[in-house]
Amino acid sequence: MKTLKFAAAALLAAGLASTAFAQQEKVKAAFIYIGPTGDFGWTYQHDQGRQEIEAALGDKAETIFIENVPEGPDAERAIERLARTGADIIFTTSFGYMDPTLKVAKKFPKVKFEHATGYKRSDNVSTYSSRFYEGRYIIGQIAAKVSKTGVAGYIASFPIPEVVRGINAFILGAQSINPDFKLKVVWVNTWFDPGKEADAAKALIDQGVDIITQHTDSPAAMQVAEERGINAFGQASDMIKFGPKAQLTSIVDVWGAYYSARANAVLDGTWKSTDTWGGFAANMVHMADYTNMADDVKAMAIATQAKITSGELHPFKGPILKQDGTEVIGADAILDDGVLLGMNYYVKGVDGDLPN
Amino acid sequence: MQIELVKRPDHSKLMAIASPFLAIGLTVFFGAILFAATGHNPLRALYFYFIEPLTAAWSLEELVSKATPLVLIGVGLAVCFMSNTWNIGAEGQYTFGAIAGSIIPVYFWEWNSFLVLPMMMIMGMIGGAAYASIPAFLKNRFGTNEILTSLMLVYVAGLFLDWLVRGPWRDPGGYNFPESRDFTEASILPSLTGNGAMHWGAVFALVAVIAMAVMLGKSLKGFEVRVLGQSARAGAFAGFSRKKMVYFAFMLSGALAGLAGIATVSGTVQQLQPVISPGYGFTAIIVAFLGRLNPIGVLIAGLMLALTYLGGEAAQVTMGISDKLARVFQGMLLFFVLGCDTLILYKLRIVRSHGPHAPLALHENLKPAEEAL
Amino acid sequence: MFEAILLTVITAATPLMIAAVGELVVERSGVLNLGVEGMMIMGAVMGFAGAQWTGSAYAGILIGTLSGAAFSMLFAFLTLTLVANQVATGLALTLLGLGLSGMIGEAFVGQPGIKLTAIDIPVLSDIPFFGPVLFGQDLIVYASFALIIGVAWFLFKTRGGLTLRGVGDNHTSAHSLGISVIKVRYLAVLFGGACAGLAGSQLSVVYTPQWVENMTAGRGWIALALVVFASWRPWRIVAGAYLFGAVTIAQFHAQAIGLKIPSQLLSSLPYLATILVLVLISRNRRLTLINTPAALGKPFVAER
Repeated sequence: MKTLKFAAAALLAAGLASTAFAQQEKVKAAFIYIGPTGDFGWTYQHDQGRQEIEAALGDKAETIFIENVPEGPDAERAIERLARTGADIIFTTSFGYMDPTLKVAKKFPKVKFEHATGYKRSDNVSTYSSRFYEGRYIIGQIAAKVSKTGVAGYIASFPIPEVVRGINAFILGAQSINPDFKLKVVWVNTWFDPGKEADAAKALIDQGVDIITQHTDSPAAMQVAEERGINAFGQASDMIKFGPKAQLTSIVDVWGAYYSARANAVLDGTWKSTDTWGGFAANMVHMADYTNMADDVKAMAIATQAKITSGELHPFKGPILKQDGTEVIGADAILDDGVLLGMNYYVKGVDGDLPN
Repeated sequence: MQIELVKRPDHSKLMAIASPFLAIGLTVFFGAILFAATGHNPLRALYFYFIEPLTAAWSLEELVSKATPLVLIGVGLAVCFMSNTWNIGAEGQYTFGAIAGSIIPVYFWEWNSFLVLPMMMIMGMIGGAAYASIPAFLKNRFGTNEILTSLMLVYVAGLFLDWLVRGPWRDPGGYNFPESRDFTEASILPSLTGNGAMHWGAVFALVAVIAMAVMLGKSLKGFEVRVLGQSARAGAFAGFSRKKMVYFAFMLSGALAGLAGIATVSGTVQQLQPVISPGYGFTAIIVAFLGRLNPIGVLIAGLMLALTYLGGEAAQVTMGISDKLARVFQGMLLFFVLGCDTLILYKLRIVRSHGPHAPLALHENLKPAEEAL
Repeated sequence: MFEAILLTVITAATPLMIAAVGELVVERSGVLNLGVEGMMIMGAVMGFAGAQWTGSAYAGILIGTLSGAAFSMLFAFLTLTLVANQVATGLALTLLGLGLSGMIGEAFVGQPGIKLTAIDIPVLSDIPFFGPVLFGQDLIVYASFALIIGVAWFLFKTRGGLTLRGVGDNHTSAHSLGISVIKVRYLAVLFGGACAGLAGSQLSVVYTPQWVENMTAGRGWIALALVVFASWRPWRIVAGAYLFGAVTIAQFHAQAIGLKIPSQLLSSLPYLATILVLVLISRNRRLTLINTPAALGKPFVAER
């Protein structure tokens, strides 16, 4: 957290230094959330980011939000309401808000829009997302070191590229340590249903996995792991409280630095439409403390994180094979962002079929 | 002390009009207490809740757009419930109608003709009606309870849509994200005002309200609905078929739900997504009853409920009133409206608890309780 | 393996079973309360809160149960005293419960809860298979079966049960026999609310000991469906809840094994299976008719 505030403060200072642009006194930042702020997952982390804006910019920023807005017919109205309430910059924090965001942006050319995880942009619509897969590569490596059975379980929400990318990064990380490492994937078809997530975790454990990782929102699977005495990785938030003996680490979404920087860019008039896809280097993905593992594993994880941060290591560096053995790219090539963005196949080592 | 109801000899015309106002008065009073207790300025909160959404043209259009599917589905359900048939699965029929209606924009997206929209709407209605015919068939053929089957089919429809937009109907240019291709101009229901949110679905809703009002009030079919709704036996004496009525009620409400689905997808969302309804099919059940199963009543109730959604958003954005509080307030409003409607049929009398009850057994005056619905 | 699966199914089925048997009693008395989801989520948040305040999971469950019961009284007052429409009131109760629980629970997000420990009966729970399944469960599992047995016995073997069913079948003649229809129904709704509250606190104290908004995730609706599925007979609720739980868990296992079926189809299996079984059961019409409370959902006002 400290580093975050520091980063935000630095950005703020940088912003204040440049006076060449049209400045404004105060920025009103608005957010639209897919879930309740109390989900302790995706929305919760975005809301933490919103609060960071206020912490970082103090009197110069005001934030507002609407929570629990389902994708679909209600989204456009909610975004338009934010625009009409005088928001200078609006963050739309779910993929399904993509087209509504663009539609409203067209009507309000002076308002800046920021859409999370999408790919459509315009003059006043930026996109941003996190390279969570960088973290997934590391937890894959940790899993391969820690697992005794050589099989991990993955609780997945919906078969969209982001989730598939995470699965692939995980298995690539694991195979960099143990080429025979296997992964079982269970799709629960929900982002959020603690009971179902717990059931899926139990089913996976009963099928012989001894490490659980998830791409769903609640800490339910972590609790199951704690109870069954196996290890697990947290998702979105640091879930160590839910699995003090189970959690190895957690991939934490950190939006505060980005949000403060963008709000600040509006303040000093430097905001431009961009596509930000940041990972460790951009301070958008954090790893919770590496816990419950041997020192050498921890050292490896830290080293890998440093290498990914510096750009020395890319999780999707070839050779990469699909499940059936066909080559995606050869040795030393790196998958480009366009391919990563639309990833819709499993790499070798994942059990089962990708739902299509 | 005890509250006792005394049946009025007739529906109270005065109360029929006065009870909603009484309900709103109570809601305003208790709402003010609720907002004050949670640290908000009650007057401002109530203003943003009830009035602010009505003060701007754009939000009036949004109000109509939000009410459109609620009224379309609600008016069909009103007829259905009146005939004593329990379709709880309008949400599924809405989804299925949207899917059926989207076949053209998904598969024949290059086809650009004035025929596209009418065909989409008709296919949406057919889709909804066909999906609604499943519980009707199971009820007529096997006597399977329709509440359960129609509810279960909601989940199945949702998962089917999910499979479609992630699989075969996925936008080929969409980086494998779960969305269909964007609808083209020819398959988007035009806005009534040029660029606002209010689209032609609002006209469909209005037409449906009038058609249902005429059908219930003036036609033999309407008579049949009411007779069979009161008593299947009486209906049988009149020569009406209960089984046919089950099909009729389900397929009518299914068709209207399907129309609501395709109209919302075509007019508002403009593509298929995994989520195309914020629970319209369920909210419409409340709308049907709030409207006292009367088509005009459904229209008013749909607009009122839509207002509470918009008002909740306005209060969230301007005053930081949480969505949870907004929903509590909405629930409270519904309770008051439902409770106050009692006054139409009954007078309230507060009685002191008295000594031993007069023996009730075999009292001469006992008649079957009025089945208010 | 089978034992492990069964244990998972028991945890998943228990809240459905408890909420459903409560609603069964409500419906047997002729009242349709669609607010199960709302009462359940209130039970979940208050159960969690109670456990946090007192430090005891048992106290939490008690508080959750009582909260569900208290919340149901709102419904009872509207539908029984004021004869408001039951379907709409039930739906409104759910809306209110989801909002209110979110407000109450705001302080508890991100805190691990206190889990109810299983009652480990020494020696007996060491028996292979039967031990953990029969003697290694927590109190709520035993309570769920006790509730089924109790309700079945009450409804069909006692005078009180006869009265309750009488009220549900024909409130007019029950009234003319001197039975206080409204009182019977109040008690039934109260019982249903307590059961939903208990089921909700099972979620936040046993199943997944945490509080997150909307954590019931539609289980109240499944419980409602189970009542109809069981054609208003207590023991069939056990079958329904366990079948539903088993199909849910089985599809996760099928995926983990690597079966090549779309996951959406697997996810819809529990619902399709419910429909199928229901169709099979309801082919015997006479039986269904006997068990359906004839006055279900119809308002009653005593005339004098």
